[in-house]
Amino acid sequence: MAKTTTREYTTVREVAGPLMVVEGVEDVAYGEIVDVLIPDGGTKRGQVLESRKGVAVVQVFEGTSGIDTRSTKVRFTGDIMRMPVSMDMMGRIFDGLGRPIDGGPDIIAEEYLDIAGASINPTARAFPNEFIQTGVSTIDGNNTLVRGQKLPIMSGAGLPHNDLAAQIARQAKVRGTEEPFSVVFAAMGITHEEASFFMRDFERTGALERIVAFINLADDPAIERIITPRMALTAAEYLAYTCDMHILVVLTDMTNYCEALREISAAREEVPGRRGYPGYMYTDLATLYERAGRVRGAKGSITQVPILSMPDDDITHPIPDLTGYITEGQFVLSREMHRRGIYPPVDILPSLSRLMNEGIGSERTREDHSGVSNQLYAGYAEGRDMRDLVAVVGEEALSKRDQLYLKFADRFEKEYVTQGRDEDRTIEQTLDLGWELLTDLPEGELKRIDEKYIKKYHPKYRTG
Amino acid sequence: MSITGRIYKISGPLVVAEDVKGCVMYEVVRVGDIGLMGETIRLDGDRAYIQVYEATEGLKPGELVETTGSPLTADLGPGILTNFYDGIQRPLEMLKEVAGDYITRGLTVPPLNPDTVWDYTVVANEGSSVEPGDVLGTVPETKVITHKVLVPPGVKGNLTKVREGKLHVTDAVATLTKEDGKEVELTMSHRWPVRVPRPYKKKLDPFVPLLTGQRIYDTFFPLAKGGSAAIPGGFGTGKTVSQHQLAKWADSQVVVYVGCGERGNEMTEVLDTFPLLDDPTTGEKLMERSTLIANTSNMPVAAREASVYTGVTLAEFYRDMGYDVAVMADSTSRWAEAMREVSGRLEEMPGEEGYPAYLASRVADYYERSGRVVTLGSGEERLGSVSLVGAVSPPGGDLSEPVSQNTLRVVSVFWALDSTLADRRHFPAINWLRSYSLYLEVLRDWYKKNVSEDFYEVRTRMMVLLQKEAELQEIVQLVGADALPERERLVLEVARMVREDYLQQNAYHEIDSYCSKEKQLMMSKTILAFYDRALKAMDAGVSIAKIETIKVKDEIARMKYVHNAEFPDRYDAMLRAIESQFSALEG
Ligand SMILES: Nc1ncnc2c1ncn2[C@@H]1O[C@H](COP(=O)(O)OP(=O)(O)OP(=O)(O)O)[C@@H](O)[C@H]1O
Ligand SMILES: [Mg+2]
Repeated sequence: MAKTTTREYTTVREVAGPLMVVEGVEDVAYGEIVDVLIPDGGTKRGQVLESRKGVAVVQVFEGTSGIDTRSTKVRFTGDIMRMPVSMDMMGRIFDGLGRPIDGGPDIIAEEYLDIAGASINPTARAFPNEFIQTGVSTIDGNNTLVRGQKLPIMSGAGLPHNDLAAQIARQAKVRGTEEPFSVVFAAMGITHEEASFFMRDFERTGALERIVAFINLADDPAIERIITPRMALTAAEYLAYTCDMHILVVLTDMTNYCEALREISAAREEVPGRRGYPGYMYTDLATLYERAGRVRGAKGSITQVPILSMPDDDITHPIPDLTGYITEGQFVLSREMHRRGIYPPVDILPSLSRLMNEGIGSERTREDHSGVSNQLYAGYAEGRDMRDLVAVVGEEALSKRDQLYLKFADRFEKEYVTQGRDEDRTIEQTLDLGWELLTDLPEGELKRIDEKYIKKYHPKYRTG
Repeated sequence: MSITGRIYKISGPLVVAEDVKGCVMYEVVRVGDIGLMGETIRLDGDRAYIQVYEATEGLKPGELVETTGSPLTADLGPGILTNFYDGIQRPLEMLKEVAGDYITRGLTVPPLNPDTVWDYTVVANEGSSVEPGDVLGTVPETKVITHKVLVPPGVKGNLTKVREGKLHVTDAVATLTKEDGKEVELTMSHRWPVRVPRPYKKKLDPFVPLLTGQRIYDTFFPLAKGGSAAIPGGFGTGKTVSQHQLAKWADSQVVVYVGCGERGNEMTEVLDTFPLLDDPTTGEKLMERSTLIANTSNMPVAAREASVYTGVTLAEFYRDMGYDVAVMADSTSRWAEAMREVSGRLEEMPGEEGYPAYLASRVADYYERSGRVVTLGSGEERLGSVSLVGAVSPPGGDLSEPVSQNTLRVVSVFWALDSTLADRRHFPAINWLRSYSLYLEVLRDWYKKNVSEDFYEVRTRMMVLLQKEAELQEIVQLVGADALPERERLVLEVARMVREDYLQQNAYHEIDSYCSKEKQLMMSKTILAFYDRALKAMDAGVSIAKIETIKVKDEIARMKYVHNAEFPDRYDAMLRAIESQFSALEG
């Protein structure tokens, strides 16, 4: 955008919800940032959503309360939304619009970056394939995370998604390099309690200086949540691609982000897509999630673990649905397992890591990984079917084979899925544990594992 | 002559220009001082509504808008194969060279590299009279595809001069004198409006299957060359892996892969793997016969809308040379959503779920561009085909939504992905009871001649087993499997074999990823031989419990991992094993 000087107007014509219409304006750019000076002396930030000859529609991030149509001043800055970045962001805490709230000084900018980010040319991407060991068996063994992947936790209100996210952030490492991840943490509309859980956890493990946090709490302005993840991802990109760091981005809770999106869309009286969410929500979410990845020739990387709470635990709700269509898999938490006291209550059946295949195997984890994982899946799925069946026909009506699977599913949940909040299993421990469970099934049932790996890793042959 | 106006309004990808009277519908325009590319999609008095193919941030009312006099076109000529384009055919590798790792706005880079030197050989000699579709000359475009330079549609006359040798795509290769005496210079390339289907002489009924090396498709729900198929399914059910498998293994000669509003990494994967993978039919690398179009989800939506048209236009171009071309579009839902977004900004009257009322006709028009045709051109008949395979991403996996419904109305093959199968890692997660192919009848003769006389009977027997299994499962859910008669328990046992040992096919397994038609036949026959022999054994008093533990079952379970070439020997061995082990049981 050609730099124009700042212009000021006092011609607010209309204020509705998060939107404000300013008249008599000139040369207003689409996407331009405005400062709104309200009569009581405060300043708010906004952005042009529609620019028409003489008229601009502005969304105000901090809400429109206090704005009037008489004396409110609107200053068009002549620039798009940018944020100051530098290495000094590390260890700092910002509000949802990127202003320090930890009492520390402002960031002295090395660069001012456009927070919208640009799309990576697909030919410039490097395919993510470096195994991240999170120490959690259901993840490492069955839904492997790799560096540069975007893999959300789909959860529900009251489930321990924060514990799991914090555990991942704490334990994640790329084997062989031992370099820890730095974490960019973006909170959108979560409670004070949840936010301090994360901060305490980061502090407890001495990770605070490896964290950049952007915090918009439940009682902070809702529309600001449109900006918060973009701030966080811009910081992440700078740290990854300019400072060569490996960044894990935790975005929570994406559901609140989507609600803010819906609010703006409703205020604009747009034709809604499903359940009142805007038709462009898929594209909008993609502009966030697709900022994960690796770039050819760059040393750093961005791995994303967004958290979203599924309204009514419904995975077909537009928020988890559209997310699942963009991310490279998902970890799904189960309320039913949580009720039975299983931690982490990851239901592996609907969970998926699409980039797993490239990240595992002899060079990255172990040669039998894929087979063991597939076999555990098949066995557990079969056992779960039996559980449903038993409820109807009783255990006696099951064949011997079916009973084996029923037991297998129980053991799988108790010994493999279940682990401590601080239990950090190596991938070998996870796979060996898997083998241990598989010994309960006849060897002929292990169709998903290559014979040569059965001979090599099956406990029966290993001890004998 | 170009018309210039000014921007009146900017709202996302939609820009309204004023003072552009005379501007034509679907005309390409340059928008703003940085000259972003757009296309007019509605005219109203002296105003034009423009969908802009690049991000519009920073545009201001009053900035310049200039028409180009041309609709949105694709550049057609040698150099398309092995290339990688965005939705409006800008070469992504070149963009990266010019602008770096991120997509930058306002850049124009020619789709066909003007610096490449091609080895052009004349076919139509000086003095000959030619019509559209006639071959002027040929170029070895890649190791496997000979590019035929054709007389473009609408051009006819006498060749008064021809050139041969090392030439650039923009060099004249022939001078043609039209009937009215006017001369035109023909080059190796021409432009074609992407929204207009390319002409052909005649459409033919399809009767040759597009073999894919994927058992569930080839055996049960085959697609014909020149046909159309839809793969609808919720997220993570296997649309993309299926499309990649088709692009890799289907026996089409040219592949156009359109990544329409999907993930960047998936395109990178194609880009990384295709240049390394061997094509089972030519032995050369897959990339040698492929072209990719990527307009990922975070790239501008209007260009996403255009990407499927760009893709099918490139496909028709190779069809016109006489090739069998397959187009994979992943995902057509994102294309429809782009349409919906622009329509919403136009404040058009929304139809179902906010989609424009013309969704149905756009979808139908798109799939109508598939077909097996007699191409333009005099002399011997040339046949070519375009097969279209579209992924559909229904919200919540529910197929009652408009994009799925409108698609199913026009395609002939329905591969129904099923999330319960995907959850239990039954891949490809295609539901065998819900899927269908309307080509089964027309392909019958081909299968008879080229696979086996009895292939359809084998196929039907397996399908009957699966059908029967579904019925029996309902009873099992109520009373347990033990309560079933022995013979029905055998059906369950064999149906499980069909599901696990035949239908399941791991795309990531070195050998299993591709299964030849011969291997498919022998695998099917092995399972049925087991069934028939087991029935006979039951007659002789052998119990199901014994049959369930028979050794050869393990061997059958692993037969998919036997190499295509080694399979015949293994087949004989398995048949012998079945016979001897059952005989042993009978005692
Ligand atoms: N034939 C197959 N063999 C092995 N694994 C498969 C196969 N098909 C699918 N999968 C598994 O399922 C995962 C999801 O498949 P895919 O990415 O194709 O889903 P999709 O339907 O395209 O989802 P989305 O709509 O979100 O893009 C893959 O990452 C892979 O793990
Ligand atoms: Mg996909």
